[in-house]
Amino acid sequence: MLDGLSDIKNRIVSSSAEEVVASYLERIEKSNINAFTCIAEDAIEQAKKVDSLDIEGPLAGVPIAIKDNISTKGLSTTCSSAILEGYVPPYDAHVIERLRKAGAVIIGKSNMDEFGMGTSTETSTYGPTLNPWDTERVAGGSSGGSAAAVAAGQVPVSLGSDTGGSVRCPAAFCGAVGLKPTYGAVSRYGLVSYANSLEQIGPLANRVEDVAALMDVIGTYDNRDSTCVKHNAGYTDTLQDGVDGLKIGVPDEYFGEGIDDNVQKLVWDAIGKFEDMGAEYTKVSMPNTPYALAAYYIIAMSEASSNLARFDGTRYGNRSEGENWHMMASKTRQEKFGAEVKRRILLGTYALSAGYHDKYYLKALKVRTLVKQDFERAFEDVDVLMAPTMPTPAFKIGEKMDDPLSLYLSDVNTVPINLAGVPSISVPCGFSEGLPVGLQVIGNYFDEATILKAAHSFEKNTDHHTKLAAEVV
Amino acid sequence: MVYENPDGVMVGLEIHVQLNKLATKLFCGCSTDYHTSQPNTHVCPVCMGLPGCLPVLNKRAVEYAIRIGLALNCEIVEQTQFHRKNYYYPDLPKGFQTTQYDYPIVSDGRVVIEGEDGEHVVRIRRAHMEEDPGRLMHMGSIDRSKGTLIDYNRSGMALIEIVSEPDMRSPREARRFLDKLRNILEYLDVFDSTLEGSMRVDANISIGGGDRTEVKNISSHKGAERALLYEIMRQKNIKRRGEEVVMETRHFDEARGVTISMRTKEEEHDYRYFPEPDLVPMRVGSWVDGILETLPELPDARRSRFISDYGMVDTHAKALTSDIRVADFYEEVASKVDPAAAAVWVSDVLKGELNYRDLTIASFNVENMVKIIELVASGKITEKGAVEIIRNILDEGGSPMDIVKEKGLLKVEGDVVDEAVGEVLKENPDALEDYFAGKEKSLNFLVGQVMKKTRGRADARSVREMMLEEIDKNYR
Repeated sequence: MLDGLSDIKNRIVSSSAEEVVASYLERIEKSNINAFTCIAEDAIEQAKKVDSLDIEGPLAGVPIAIKDNISTKGLSTTCSSAILEGYVPPYDAHVIERLRKAGAVIIGKSNMDEFGMGTSTETSTYGPTLNPWDTERVAGGSSGGSAAAVAAGQVPVSLGSDTGGSVRCPAAFCGAVGLKPTYGAVSRYGLVSYANSLEQIGPLANRVEDVAALMDVIGTYDNRDSTCVKHNAGYTDTLQDGVDGLKIGVPDEYFGEGIDDNVQKLVWDAIGKFEDMGAEYTKVSMPNTPYALAAYYIIAMSEASSNLARFDGTRYGNRSEGENWHMMASKTRQEKFGAEVKRRILLGTYALSAGYHDKYYLKALKVRTLVKQDFERAFEDVDVLMAPTMPTPAFKIGEKMDDPLSLYLSDVNTVPINLAGVPSISVPCGFSEGLPVGLQVIGNYFDEATILKAAHSFEKNTDHHTKLAAEVV
Repeated sequence: MVYENPDGVMVGLEIHVQLNKLATKLFCGCSTDYHTSQPNTHVCPVCMGLPGCLPVLNKRAVEYAIRIGLALNCEIVEQTQFHRKNYYYPDLPKGFQTTQYDYPIVSDGRVVIEGEDGEHVVRIRRAHMEEDPGRLMHMGSIDRSKGTLIDYNRSGMALIEIVSEPDMRSPREARRFLDKLRNILEYLDVFDSTLEGSMRVDANISIGGGDRTEVKNISSHKGAERALLYEIMRQKNIKRRGEEVVMETRHFDEARGVTISMRTKEEEHDYRYFPEPDLVPMRVGSWVDGILETLPELPDARRSRFISDYGMVDTHAKALTSDIRVADFYEEVASKVDPAAAAVWVSDVLKGELNYRDLTIASFNVENMVKIIELVASGKITEKGAVEIIRNILDEGGSPMDIVKEKGLLKVEGDVVDEAVGEVLKENPDALEDYFAGKEKSLNFLVGQVMKKTRGRADARSVREMMLEEIDKNYR
């Protein structure tokens, strides 16, 4: 069983932050799963500072990996894209400011699908991150590096970002815990936007309580993000409460075509476990789920086409030479963006174009409203929803690279959550042929407390999280 | 009088006004006071469009927009929203401009101007908030420059784009509309027109119901009038040849005074507008009443008040209120001296001297004006002497009393004038003869001679009286 935050804190007290951080750096060094895009050269310095200044924050000395699309002052932030090679942000994201204040040691930036576009971390310019349970398989995406690093014991905790399942998918594939908070619960200031109306920064760890502890640090109000909402945090406060009387809704539509039988069985077993713990379940219907995927991709790509316009080689990162500015910008984008990014920019540009705007973009917004209403209706009767996080366990590297549509289909159970903006957590609920499977627990707006409590109860009463991946060194 | 608009000229204007009286930019905390600063010194990650940055709307900019809307008699929208206007340009750091699209903050207003045939209403279609881009700086001339530098100091400055209906029927009406608009905006204290780039104009022109052309980026009111004059002439010539005007975007070459084709309709951008997800819609309807209360007296109201309070003529009232700084200057002067005299001195004399020198009212101070008017009123100097003092102050500086002393402008009275009158009568017996013979004009000549002797420091009217008295007494 991998160390959790409390174990690390004990180790720091008995030795030093420097020693603990050094031990994790050594693990990263020895590993070959390609979870990091860069390591912070000052990691040891940060740890020494914690030791010498006696910093007492809740994460004092705890090493953390940060997805490479979250801005870190003085540390390269590339979104795993060649276009941002060499870009070092002059400022910290809100979550980084909070982590530094809490004493955390930013140990490095973790690998991801280029600009968050993907479900497997295969579109990274640095190559794919390998799944610690089976290195021939993908780690999931787009926060593949953040999940794999946690599952392989290279860091106890990490941050990812979730636009359509990007935290939950790799958490499920790597057997980690990953939370997508309510839209507006965590400031996006400093997160390089892919599809800004959908994405949230979310924590990953090997324990539910560690995810909650991280939320206590990062989930605070920030006036630099206009979509950030003032709310009562206290994510760890009610973690120990039981699930007696908890009303679970099981949406039929999340167990549809394409969901692996083993995965279905494991999720139903998990729901059974909840019944044993005093919860009850009913089947609920979320009738607009079948349209969510299409709407999601239209909205995400439309926003991406606009968000990625700023990468033109003019001010930062990597540029190609051209005889005038439009050739320079054009060649930069042509040569430095990967295929998936270009595909999404083109599709998004098309969807927003005059003449197609109403047919695609506006229609997608309408579907989004309907999907949202599905959730609002469901939460009138139940406290949480439960479903498989991913339809299958991790697939093989390269298996779906030439078939983007089938890859997009694997997001079918995660994207409705982002369209609605509700919180959702993925926790390990068993293994299918040696590969981890994730249970998704979805909550009402700003009711992270309930899904964290449910996930924590499940974890306490099961032993899936105690198993170690093959790549733990 | 009815203005027939014989050529069917229709002019609509789009005016970009920089809200340069705000302390900070539209979406970040950067200072707006960049006009004398080094390039790229008033920038932050937000206005540079660095990856990961998010906009936060400047609340005061929204209030200013509502103020402007109210002053232009517009409807104020209940809820504002921002859109992204996507296009590529090196000075546009995000690759899109954050602006307002289908829900502009204010719409459907009106401005009354002095038209070709009396009062004329120009309807305001809408006014919306948006951000200014940066500026391109070429090294030397644009075609020989080895590279282009970008200054992002201006990036993110708050703009209000005011769009009129095509209600203006001549370049002169367009110019008057622009002047009136600037006038109103300065009264609102939302912008300083003296700063570079504070007001930029695009004009739409059509004649006789034909297709319209748009002339972009005109930087002055005078330029707008000239561009329109040229464009109307050009369109008339096309029609005269029996051809049709094509819808296109044109550029005004300020130096040559001509408009040049930039792009025709086919090449127009598809801006792919969509709602800005990073800025949540904001309900502002409830702000309106509070802002209405703080709205200052506007030019038209002030003009009426000047007429009723100070009893001045309309031309003076118009001249004094067409620039808020002049109006404020006048009222300060009028509070200390006779308002009627102040109206004449400020409106007719001082403004004329300022215009001649292309100076603003800031070049003159209230104390000096008051002192000068007092000197005239008390009879210490002549009107001519007063004008000389004003000119001297504008050209070389100094205070009224110093100039009076230095130039010997104190009015001469009594003995000196008496003496001069006596001398002139003695020296010009022929003129006196003529006068007795009934030639009234020769009296003027005699008075003139006295003025000459006293170097203009005597009061002509009293010289005339003294002259008649002396003739009666000693020459009859």
